[in-house]
Amino acid sequence: MHRHHDTGGEPAGPVVPEEHDYAAWEKRVDAILRLLTQRRVITVDELRRGIEELGPGAYDELSYYQRWIASVGNNLLEKGVVTVDELGRKLAEVEARWRAAGRQGEAAP
Amino acid sequence: MSDRFAVGERVRVRAAWPPGHVRTPHYLRGKRGEILSIAGRFANPEELAYGRDGKPARALYRVRFEQAALWPDHQGRARDTVVADIFEHWLEPAEEGGA
Repeated sequence: MHRHHDTGGEPAGPVVPEEHDYAAWEKRVDAILRLLTQRRVITVDELRRGIEELGPGAYDELSYYQRWIASVGNNLLEKGVVTVDELGRKLAEVEARWRAAGRQGEAAP
Repeated sequence: MSDRFAVGERVRVRAAWPPGHVRTPHYLRGKRGEILSIAGRFANPEELAYGRDGKPARALYRVRFEQAALWPDHQGRARDTVVADIFEHWLEPAEEGGA
């Protein structure tokens, strides 16, 4: 049985070849991964493994860079670079700042 | 260290579905193809994915498959092929095993 992400050859709808703008947070995610790989904290193979381990639900629902940051976060937890408590508190802080800025109507990153 | 397979040799991708991070596409496992070229030797991504060094480096081959042999409903030209990068430990001589 093949794993959820390994879908080569299966129907997947049309490919829409068009450029799109990147949100500021998406560029930050890209920058974070570049820094972490340049400093040999994580490899792209670990990033990819982490994306595959998100499971069928998250794998399908998250956007491209959402998958990246979810995998980066899990990899950093595994390696002890950050702790669950640190990451949880920081995420809560960022979310509070985001809500205070009155951006409830926008899609959360 | 010499490579196990030579350009032009017929090979079969191992029909195996181990757990963990694997780069060999599902749709090619168990299929027969031909060594198109040897890309070089690279650290094993199946190990790199778990934070290890992936050594010793393993030979990586470009393997060519006939599309008609991959897809039962292939409607393209008979000579259509697909080329995939496959590590040596995923290949065996085409004579071995069954289908």
